[in-house]
Amino acid sequence: MKTAISYKNVKKFYGDLKAVNGISIDIKQGEFFGLLGPNGAGKSTMINMLAGLTKASAGKISVMGYDVQKNYQEARHAVGIVPQELVFDPFFNVREMLRFQAGYFGKGKENDKWVDEIIERLDLTDKASTNMRMLSGGMKRRALIAQALVHKPPVIVLDEPTAGVDVELRQKLWAFIKDLNKAGHTIVLTTHYLEEAEELCNSVAMLRAGKVVAMDTTKNLLRKFSTKNLKLRLNFKDEKKLPIKIAHIPHQITEDFYTFQLKKITDITEITEGLKQSKIEIIDIQTVDTDLEDVFLKLTNAKK
Amino acid sequence: MVTLKTQLIGTWTLIKKELIRFWRVAFQTVAAPVITGMLYLVVFSHVLQDRLEIYEGVSYTSFLIPGLIMMSLLQNAFANSSSSLIQSKVMGNIVFILLSPLSYIQFFIAFIVGAIVRGLFVGLAIYFLAIIFIDLPIHHPWIVFWFALFGGGLLGAFGIIAGIWADRFDQMAAFGNFVIMPLSFLSGVFYSIHSLPTIWQNISQLNPFFYMIDGFRFGFFGQSDVSPYLSLLIVFLFFITLSFAAIQMLKSGFKLRT
Repeated sequence: MKTAISYKNVKKFYGDLKAVNGISIDIKQGEFFGLLGPNGAGKSTMINMLAGLTKASAGKISVMGYDVQKNYQEARHAVGIVPQELVFDPFFNVREMLRFQAGYFGKGKENDKWVDEIIERLDLTDKASTNMRMLSGGMKRRALIAQALVHKPPVIVLDEPTAGVDVELRQKLWAFIKDLNKAGHTIVLTTHYLEEAEELCNSVAMLRAGKVVAMDTTKNLLRKFSTKNLKLRLNFKDEKKLPIKIAHIPHQITEDFYTFQLKKITDITEITEGLKQSKIEIIDIQTVDTDLEDVFLKLTNAKK
Repeated sequence: MVTLKTQLIGTWTLIKKELIRFWRVAFQTVAAPVITGMLYLVVFSHVLQDRLEIYEGVSYTSFLIPGLIMMSLLQNAFANSSSSLIQSKVMGNIVFILLSPLSYIQFFIAFIVGAIVRGLFVGLAIYFLAIIFIDLPIHHPWIVFWFALFGGGLLGAFGIIAGIWADRFDQMAAFGNFVIMPLSFLSGVFYSIHSLPTIWQNISQLNPFFYMIDGFRFGFFGQSDVSPYLSLLIVFLFFITLSFAAIQMLKSGFKLRT
């Protein structure tokens, strides 16, 4: 598969602050790629450098083979960016704003049909003639997504698109973005909602302090770091203390729950036997698989 | 992908956006400065009409009108590009232009055209209102045109510089109050510099607004304080210099791209 976005040893320094410190990532065409990391990890800087809003201190970035600095016009034609902030032009309504944006990309009247189609698909038809100022936060977010799509870019980048968006709209947006991905668009997403990334992304890169701490397909990452956990709610007769026999098994205590990390499946027998012998009753029992959040926490903590 | 056609459509779209932007609030951007210009005209002509005759055979009111037209044109050309930029920066919607493939030259052209057109709208409105009451023939229409064009362009370029440099509305207001206003009031709109003491005449000749007003007025009366061709050359050189500075700022991404 051909490369849609390529970062080659990219660095961005603000004085002593190393916002991005030597990142290399290749995102293939047609991928749904997640860029994950805590605040200040460098996600938005990565996107801003791709968009040409920020100039890299070192390294090379290209979109669909076009260098974002040398061939910036071609590179910008190839990418649609949904910014994180809810920005809008207060002088215009939704349809006008979309037509202007298409015009900046050299699209004339022949593109109006596509603009109307995006308006419809993003449920903005009723608001198409409404001034941007009058829209709710969710509607503004949809208008921003529409704006990134007006020039039919092969690559779409969404910087925290569901921040502050209610559950229903979030689901609708993701259904729409999934359809775009199925239609062949490469999608890059930054999000704080790791469950979203787990559900949507084929591959993810996890960033911390301007560096990649892990990068792989979502499946591989989960497999690599997968652990089974046994989560128990216990009824202690006397003092709240685990029997010595099972206390050595790694576990976490949260409120009433004891979560044991299982190295092998026979650990379950050892735990239940140990509890039975100590006359500690099991009130509730669950098994929990590793999710992306666990992998993320594990990796970022390990690198601290 | 990127062709001459897409570049032309891109530039025209940004020009159109700039024009519609000020036209949507025409009451503030066109009507208000026209009323201010007409008030200057009424007040000054009423007080000074019978007391001053600056050029032979030209009434003071007639003398005043070209200066007021040009002053309003210049102030509004500056206001258009500078306010558009500072508003987009503060609101954050400048990102839509920065994310587009528009080049710094296209950006510059669109903002300059927007500035010139708004300046011309205000200037023409004052002219058409004034000639209802005063007979004001234009002796050299092309001279009037070139001064209006380069004057508007010069202040449009200056507006781009100010709009990029300023981070807040109060910084922008300081530009208007401490640079544009004094330079335009001390440029000979209301008087001929020959009526000033020698030292002030010399100081006035350092003010580019003086050449814009004086040359523009020559187009109406065929009389001026200095040669209109010298004025046109100076205005053109200022236009080129400020345009170069504005283009360099846009090219480098100064305060726009980090």
